[in-house]
Amino acid sequence: MKFRAKIVDTACLNNFTRVSNMIAKLAKTCTLRISPDKLNFILLDKVANGGVSMWCELEQENFFNEFQMEGISEENNEIYIELTPENLSRALKTAQNARALKVKLTNKHFPCLTISIELLSISSSSRTVTHDIPIKVIPRKLWKDLQEPTVPESDVSIYLPVLKTMKSVVEKMKNISNHLIIEANLNGELNLKIETELVCVTTHFKDLGSPPLASESPSQSRNLEEMAEVRIDIRKFLQFLAGQQVNPTKALCNIVNNRVVHFDLLHEDVSLQYFIPALS
Amino acid sequence: MKCLVTGGNVKVLGKAVHSLSRIGDELYLEPLEDGLSLRTVNSSRSAYACFLFAPLFFQQYQVATPDQDPARCKVLMKSFLSVFRSLAMLEKTVEKCCISLNGRSSRLVVQLHCKYGVRKIHNLSFQDCESLQAVFDPASCSHVLRAPARVLGEAVLPFPPALAEVTLGVVRGPRVILRSYLEEEEAVTAGVLRPMVTEMSLREEDFQELQAQEGVAITFCLKEFRGLLSFAESTNLSLSIHFDVPGRPAIFTVEDSLLDGHFVLATLSEPDSQPQGLGTPQLPAPPLQAPSTPHLDDFTSDDIDSFMIAMETTVGSDASRAQLPPSLSPGPQPPCSPDSNSEEAEPSTVPGTPPPKKFRSLFFGSILAPAYSPQGPSPVLAEDSEGEG
Repeated sequence: MKFRAKIVDTACLNNFTRVSNMIAKLAKTCTLRISPDKLNFILLDKVANGGVSMWCELEQENFFNEFQMEGISEENNEIYIELTPENLSRALKTAQNARALKVKLTNKHFPCLTISIELLSISSSSRTVTHDIPIKVIPRKLWKDLQEPTVPESDVSIYLPVLKTMKSVVEKMKNISNHLIIEANLNGELNLKIETELVCVTTHFKDLGSPPLASESPSQSRNLEEMAEVRIDIRKFLQFLAGQQVNPTKALCNIVNNRVVHFDLLHEDVSLQYFIPALS
Repeated sequence: MKCLVTGGNVKVLGKAVHSLSRIGDELYLEPLEDGLSLRTVNSSRSAYACFLFAPLFFQQYQVATPDQDPARCKVLMKSFLSVFRSLAMLEKTVEKCCISLNGRSSRLVVQLHCKYGVRKIHNLSFQDCESLQAVFDPASCSHVLRAPARVLGEAVLPFPPALAEVTLGVVRGPRVILRSYLEEEEAVTAGVLRPMVTEMSLREEDFQELQAQEGVAITFCLKEFRGLLSFAESTNLSLSIHFDVPGRPAIFTVEDSLLDGHFVLATLSEPDSQPQGLGTPQLPAPPLQAPSTPHLDDFTSDDIDSFMIAMETTVGSDASRAQLPPSLSPGPQPPCSPDSNSEEAEPSTVPGTPPPKKFRSLFFGSILAPAYSPQGPSPVLAEDSEGEG
């Protein structure tokens, strides 16, 4: 099992830093899957996470100038490790004006993902910072639990409004209620709603549009005005919104009535799927 | 006592108070012939800091008015710090600052003369006290590092604010490394991922002086170090680190023609600190506690009190800044053999200078005790000297 990769391009480094900051906001610990052509940050359906799942995928060649890996065997050419994304994000914070960044799997008395950063300094001398991020290697038999979650057949699929706007709305709502109802229909309407004994607050978004594929799906038989809704933990949703520093090129919300809400964000070189289960 | 500080020096003084406040709860002010000294020591006696502002630092400096005895006093750090709390305010609005001791009302008076004729007067209550003086001698330390504060400041930047201690060492190259120090218990908590280990490696070229063999390493508290660093960075000074074998205090100094600052920090005594441990980040397994946690339990509380009394009374004002005369100090030493180290056990016990010896044991006794008291000094020192090999 081997893994080493290198980033020398500043833009790539910044992008990678942004991804790891986002993951750090979304999960306390997560799984990193390393395969020959991509990296995945995975968080799957753990009770401790309140049933939230995350699947983040990046093409390695969009980030790394060098990338070598050797999985546990030829037919299973993959590596699964568990790590604390906060550590990764903190490590990358020190790489802001780095000349090069290397990532590799090491075993320094315990298994680590070692990030070594060659810093630029005013003098010609080079400085290096090394971060040993402790990891757990996930054995082969547990891999089956870490596969890409299937997106359930959704009742309503709708594009999201600007995430920042949603965030500022939800931030206010959080002070009033712990639960948020997201409802949407195929007519481009999305409502964020909180209800308490004393007050009911709804924010309406209009003309959001639905992806063409969804409109051809069987659910087309649905009434365009009919709302699909899901009631979720407002903190989980806010956590998701807070992790998004850059508005994605595509942001889609799929609602399975009273079961789960699935967010599908597409950035230039990263895709993120995030599932928040409905509260019973 | 009357000291008048003007212009940018007010901020320098403020910065110094800020960095002292990271260490102790009480501030000892002592007007001396060669300047005003501000000192503090932390509650576990593992860190001591002093700044000396030369008379030229002040626009007016008067040790004692004719009808006064030269007075020293201690005030609560909190109340003194509150005068200088906002550095931005000091910089923008304060034109001069006058510190005087009002004997009649038993108050230390700090006056800030601000813009537009605003005058803020702080009357701080104080206690009379004896001189606070740790005995240390940078010249007796065999290893010296000196670098611009900015370089060291950048070097500690990657470490998380919550990290308690760092290990500073010299490895092959020579390169100077700083690495997060994790206690064994912290490191192996079953089921939980360990904390991240960060290591910063600096080249020799970044240092103005590097006088240490490869393999030497000490572990000390980061918080206090950061305090002095932020002072040194703001005044653009170089910072020297004088150190010896693990377990002996490390001395951090900044110097200028107008002021000097000394921070003396206990270092972790690690019987099993191996020089090669630096190359590969092996987690050391020290049975000892961190310097931040005093071994007060090893003594009865009475003893601690008498330590303090002894410390405050033994040295009079004359000797208060006295260090070992240079001629008597061991000076930069060649790599210590175990033999020379066991001499180090009672290091500079030069006849005729009992206070230093007493101080050393008093001051850092509580820190060194776990290593020293069970086995006696020699074995430990001999072991540590492996680090020099």
